[in-house]
Amino acid sequence: MDQLLQLVLAGLATGSIYALAAIGFTLVWQTSQTINFAQGEFVMLPAILVLAAVKFLHLPLPAAVLLATGAFLLLFGFGFKKFLVDPMLRHGVLPLAIATMALSILMKEGAKDGFSAEAQQFPSLVPDGAVNLFGATLSLRDIAIFIVAVVAIVLLQLFVTRTRTGRMMQATAQNPDVAKILGIPTEQMILLTFLINAGLAVLASFLISPIYLAKFSNGEVIGTAAFIAAIVGGFNQVRGALLGGFIVGLVDNLAAAYVSSAYRAAVPLALLVLVILFKPEGLLGRKEERTV
Amino acid sequence: MSARDHLARGAPMLRVENLSKHFGGIRAVDDVTFEVNEGEILGIIGPNGCGKSTLFNCILGQLQPTDGRVTLGGEEITGLFPADLNRRGVSRTFQLLQVFPNLTVRENLILAGQEHVGSMMSRLFGPRDAGLGTAAEKMIGFFNLGHLADSKAGGLSYGQQKLLDAAMAFMAGPRLVLLDEPAGGVNLTMLASLKERLRAINREQGATFVVIEHNMDFVMSLCDRVIVMAEGKVLATGTPDEIRADPAVIEAYLGH
Amino acid sequence: MTPPSPLSRLDLNLLVLLLGAAILWFVPAGMKSYGIYVISFWLVMSIAAMGLNLTLGYAGLKSLAQAAFLGIGAYTTALMTAKGGIAGPVWSWPLAFLASGALTFLAGILLGFPALRVKFHYLAFVTLAFATLMFLIFRNEQWLTGGVYGFPNIPRPTLFGVKLLNDLAFFRFLLVVTLALSVAMWWLLRSPWGRAFMALRENPLRAASLGVNLRSYTLLAFAIGAGYGGFAGALYAPMVEFIDPAPFAISASFVLLLTVVVGGQGYFLGPFLGAAFSYVLPEMLRVTGGYYLLVYAALVLALLLVSPQGLLGLVEKLRERRRVKAAQAMRDASKVMLEARP
Repeated sequence: MDQLLQLVLAGLATGSIYALAAIGFTLVWQTSQTINFAQGEFVMLPAILVLAAVKFLHLPLPAAVLLATGAFLLLFGFGFKKFLVDPMLRHGVLPLAIATMALSILMKEGAKDGFSAEAQQFPSLVPDGAVNLFGATLSLRDIAIFIVAVVAIVLLQLFVTRTRTGRMMQATAQNPDVAKILGIPTEQMILLTFLINAGLAVLASFLISPIYLAKFSNGEVIGTAAFIAAIVGGFNQVRGALLGGFIVGLVDNLAAAYVSSAYRAAVPLALLVLVILFKPEGLLGRKEERTV
Repeated sequence: MSARDHLARGAPMLRVENLSKHFGGIRAVDDVTFEVNEGEILGIIGPNGCGKSTLFNCILGQLQPTDGRVTLGGEEITGLFPADLNRRGVSRTFQLLQVFPNLTVRENLILAGQEHVGSMMSRLFGPRDAGLGTAAEKMIGFFNLGHLADSKAGGLSYGQQKLLDAAMAFMAGPRLVLLDEPAGGVNLTMLASLKERLRAINREQGATFVVIEHNMDFVMSLCDRVIVMAEGKVLATGTPDEIRADPAVIEAYLGH
Repeated sequence: MTPPSPLSRLDLNLLVLLLGAAILWFVPAGMKSYGIYVISFWLVMSIAAMGLNLTLGYAGLKSLAQAAFLGIGAYTTALMTAKGGIAGPVWSWPLAFLASGALTFLAGILLGFPALRVKFHYLAFVTLAFATLMFLIFRNEQWLTGGVYGFPNIPRPTLFGVKLLNDLAFFRFLLVVTLALSVAMWWLLRSPWGRAFMALRENPLRAASLGVNLRSYTLLAFAIGAGYGGFAGALYAPMVEFIDPAPFAISASFVLLLTVVVGGQGYFLGPFLGAAFSYVLPEMLRVTGGYYLLVYAALVLALLLVSPQGLLGLVEKLRERRRVKAAQAMRDASKVMLEARP
């Protein structure tokens, strides 16, 4: 029983990180039909950038964190939209998706060749302790990750629903044409979603890397989990991405404990296929009228 | 033999009985009943939003009707999928351009007929044109597309694509053809040629036509009989002359 | 004058194919075995890419599982031919080749079913899930596949009583099989099936209204594309004589997809060009040390930004531009002549 509780907490912790990545994924999908196959690499890279800044520029950790965050937002928030999404989207959704595939290889190989092929320790803000609760030993880090991620998501949700800018962004995501007619600066709003996506990736990166270590190949697992979370929850919904993230995190951790570890990776995928086949609009998605 | 003689002798080809389609509380099509005789050209007109496009989509299997029946030659076809309908001899053209832009005019036409001849195996191992080369050639000549036969359809002018779209509907020798605004966006010279071609092919193939159209002159001079729809219901039915003189129709079009 | 349609270009493509095969027969005669290996590898991956080009390029269905089909073919062939083979040295490989194609064809049909229910990006993820599952099986079922330790001693086929141990002999054998598969694909594309596949990509709604059976053609496009992956696998295994799961991983499926797009999806010769870009170029870039994948990815990105229709799309675009320019020049010239008149 106490093992189950630990697993559930660990599942919620990783799930909240997946949710961060999945929310960013759905945001850029909504505003500019970008299926970002490099989403996992987006979460992998910021931690590597921090370590690289410490190693090569001999910066103290806080300065390295600031520099890496700034550089990442500039390159993969602004630059990603300006120099990859905008030019490719004119040619359609598929060429863009394929370009992000190439980008994912580029980022992965860049991290490997430019920094290290080995997994690196990443400093944690929270000490590696544990608390006892209802007889279960719960990891402090898991609790901290869960709290930080959920607070970030709540803040994002408040921003989107309670502020003028947030509502304009939401309107742009739901219907860019109408938003434009209403005089909303849609271009800036779309850019904002890309910056938020990059910001969420940075946060996810700093949260997950102390546990899984910083490694160039981390993106594969995280990216797949984020896609699955987004689709399972409902592709067009922030709430859906959140729910999907938690479900994938839980399934992932429970499968690791109760299914053979060799096929652990297949369990969330099986969940994905079931959802796609039986509820393709996702758990919280709206069904669209048949047109064919 | 004129199309009017068909009208007198023909048996009903298409019957629509008490057809309704509701979207939430809106009755887009409300208890519509009519018949189209074999070989007849029937026009459906009405102001925007009168439900004629929804009616079309229900007959064609694009939408599931809420209520009612559709029969073709006595056989029920309500709610069948487009491909099944097509194999039973129902063909259509589209309001917006729907040709295959990267295929040539000839390939578009052969494609439009190839699934109606032979089997899957003969389509793989048999001749490249599925034996439809001559038929396509004839259709190309009939619609005056000869000089464009081997050009990509995507490079044709709007009017030419409309002609191709119509020609494709006739490749498989259909029993019933539904034409969705065939005149929309077509210039005047092309329009006369399109109307004349449609009449000619109606005489030659003997197929039944149902036409939705906004262009009054086009409908009145093409069709044997016209149905006027308003607010989802059939307002009036009759020959073009009767419709022109019908006070209810004048009210519907000019009253508001 | 508009550019020719992809289907009417096919006859010219066959000519290029036959000519290319004739040249390739003699090219590697003086090469060292590494050079022969590189062009052999190129041919094998071209076959796999050709299959994906049918699925993606002609029929417009996104599949991220082509490397998994390659793997199914490779392991099937390894299992059926190793340790003396199931039917002796002569018949084991031909049987394995057919079995590889058949098995992947069936897997393709199974995987095609979700394609009927879901479209667009979802399909990519269903195939991604399948590819991951296959990779896990290759890696984990050690009793069957050798797991991460690999499957050693896969024999070369025997032809006319001669075992194709010599690399040049094996290459020529490979060339003949590649040519046969290419001609079969050529036939398929110029048949009414090819037209229906293109219709499926361009406008499924309209295709259905013309009686095109979307279900049959979707499944066929998936299954035949997968079958070519299986055939490629059946050639890959005896070529390298040792296989492990790595070349059949998800990233390998990504690279195969990039291969098709880089070459030019929907162009018959695209897969050959794309495979040269994806599998021969990196071998040349090996001089850059470990950076070749980095350089490769950067090149792909740059190419896609310039021409999303790939290399052959770029060629067509340039040709089109020249044609427009020539027409413009002619118009200008005639205008000048008109204006020059009193």
